[in-house]
Amino acid sequence: MSRQDATIPFRGDVEIRLRADASSRAPALVFFSTALVWLLFGSIEGTLASLKLHMPELLTSAGWLTFGRVRTAHLNAVNYGWASLASIGVALWIIPRLVHTELRWPRVATAGAVVWNVGLVIGIALILAGRNDGLEWLEMDRYLADPFLVVGGGMAGVTLLATLLARQAGHLYVTVWYTIAAFLWFPVIFVIGNWPTWTGVESAAVNWFYAHNALGLWFTPMGVGAAYYFIPKVLGRPVYSYQLSILGFWTLAFFYALNGMHHLIGGPIPTWMITTSVVASVLMVIPVLAVAVNHHMTMVGRFGALRYSPTLRFVVLGAIAYTAVSLQGSFTSLREVNRVTHFTHWTVAHAHVGVYAFVTMVLFGSMYYIVPRLVRREWPSARLIQWHFWLVLAGIALYIIPLTIAGGFQGLAMLDPAVPFQRSVEVTLWALVSRSVAGVLLTAGHAVFAYHFWLMVRRRGPTREVPPFHEPVPVVYERPEAHA
Amino acid sequence: MSRTWLLLLGAAATVGFAAIVLVGIPQVMLVRIAAPPELAAYTDLEARGRAVYIANGCVYCHSQQLRDPAFTTDVELGWGGRATVPADYAYDRPHLLGTMRTGPDLINVGERLPSESWHLIHLYNPRALVPWSIMPSFPYLFEEREPGDVRPGDVVVPVQTPYAPAGRVVVATQDARALVAYLLSLRRTYPVPAADTGAARGMSRMP
Repeated sequence: MSRQDATIPFRGDVEIRLRADASSRAPALVFFSTALVWLLFGSIEGTLASLKLHMPELLTSAGWLTFGRVRTAHLNAVNYGWASLASIGVALWIIPRLVHTELRWPRVATAGAVVWNVGLVIGIALILAGRNDGLEWLEMDRYLADPFLVVGGGMAGVTLLATLLARQAGHLYVTVWYTIAAFLWFPVIFVIGNWPTWTGVESAAVNWFYAHNALGLWFTPMGVGAAYYFIPKVLGRPVYSYQLSILGFWTLAFFYALNGMHHLIGGPIPTWMITTSVVASVLMVIPVLAVAVNHHMTMVGRFGALRYSPTLRFVVLGAIAYTAVSLQGSFTSLREVNRVTHFTHWTVAHAHVGVYAFVTMVLFGSMYYIVPRLVRREWPSARLIQWHFWLVLAGIALYIIPLTIAGGFQGLAMLDPAVPFQRSVEVTLWALVSRSVAGVLLTAGHAVFAYHFWLMVRRRGPTREVPPFHEPVPVVYERPEAHA
Repeated sequence: MSRTWLLLLGAAATVGFAAIVLVGIPQVMLVRIAAPPELAAYTDLEARGRAVYIANGCVYCHSQQLRDPAFTTDVELGWGGRATVPADYAYDRPHLLGTMRTGPDLINVGERLPSESWHLIHLYNPRALVPWSIMPSFPYLFEEREPGDVRPGDVVVPVQTPYAPAGRVVVATQDARALVAYLLSLRRTYPVPAADTGAARGMSRMP
């Protein structure tokens, strides 16, 4: 075979990738840019909310500054702003790559980003102004804000479905299953959750059916799907087991959707509903271990690559956090554990292991891989990547570990009738302060990343020949004669 | 897997199954639970207070549910005489069961703390009454006026120094009065409603 022949399929492969990357360039960059704006806004609101829990007289003069609204603005900004928009951006890039064709109707996807953002601005402004629907995770106005999210997300979803139907690849990789299923699941649960007729305890059941599935059927499949793509991609090594990935996907789809009632353990809803969710929560061990084996066994023996690939560093950290948070979730759903941890900061910390240490870390890693391929240049600064990584790692550790421990003590204090309620507040104070320090570190890390992203898309900063951490290092050889 | 239709149908089936089990079937069961005769519907003022409660995010620190004594010590803690049941929430839309107890449970706060002026002072500045409290102050639910500027019908809040503004009096806004009216309406002191005992037998107990 001549050299020419050998390179033809290779060249074709590269061309498909270049065309796919170019097709998703505009929408993915719009989703990423707006996601980062919401990340910064949400980080500031979150840090302010944290400070207020140990400095209750801080900024109390106006309603839009009160804890209950700031905290809610934080939750909506980071979940529907940052994590959702960034996940959609990743999906818009990854699906064309995996099905070997261009993104169809990219302008529809770009317009979808605009529509989604309009809904967010309306929803969060109304929350701060004192108008919300009163349901956790569903605070944004169901008539004035939420329809924008359904339409905007639908516009991105339709472009992905059209791309999928026009696919050139015969086989659908596991990431495609997770991503496409997430786009189908989200509007279903979001509409059910926002339906205005639920009353009394049924309102509570639907609330947690939605809120848990927002994690389980929207963020988790997006994050797990991205990790399934990037770990083998960066390592250049196939995923550990195809059979396990099928088992993991379908058991996740079946069990996760039934998990929500574990947020109401002991509460005034039918016990069989809670038991169903506890059982499903424990059964989540199956998909979690399937995914864990696949992610971690693909990684085993290649940990040295973490030094050279920021993508791998963030994504592997996220994959480890996914295993940890899921097992913690199954454990917490057990009634004997839940009677201590329910109503405490343990749950707040758990939520941040999920949405931050897992989802957000995977999204950071994904963006480190994708953005250079969208703007056709390397990240300008290795140092900014290091700062970003260590700031957010220190920040999230300082958030999760103290708050989990303090939440346990808080729960034990609250269970003991001989102990006054005051004690359950006092045992958490040190962790609430630590969480505020964490908030500052995380916000700083996000500012570094947003600045670096801005340098990228504005084409500022030094131009690199090779990616950061791949600089050739001069090696000094000893001449063999010297030994002689 | 290589079939798109299998993926889409399978994904729709799993979420559809969960929606039937956790939303559809309970809806059919729970819709028949009537409000107990002892439980009054919210008055206009209480409903407005409930809206103030929602607008300011009280639910993020205060639950409104008591779990079964066989399972936890919610009743022993003095938060109410019994575990709450579905009928207790017949008028609640949306529900405010809550998931945090950064502050105490409130489902019987109207029984436990029945004083309007206690609540008004506490909302103006919780530390005026509870020194260790980490609850925010809500000065924007009050007006600070010159002593000569108080009109008939105004509710003057007896805030003590050092928490009172120097030389001025604190007057509750309609929002503050509505919120307190709502808090005082929170009491589930009647016995478990008969309509709820049969269905509720399996509802609030551990299996």
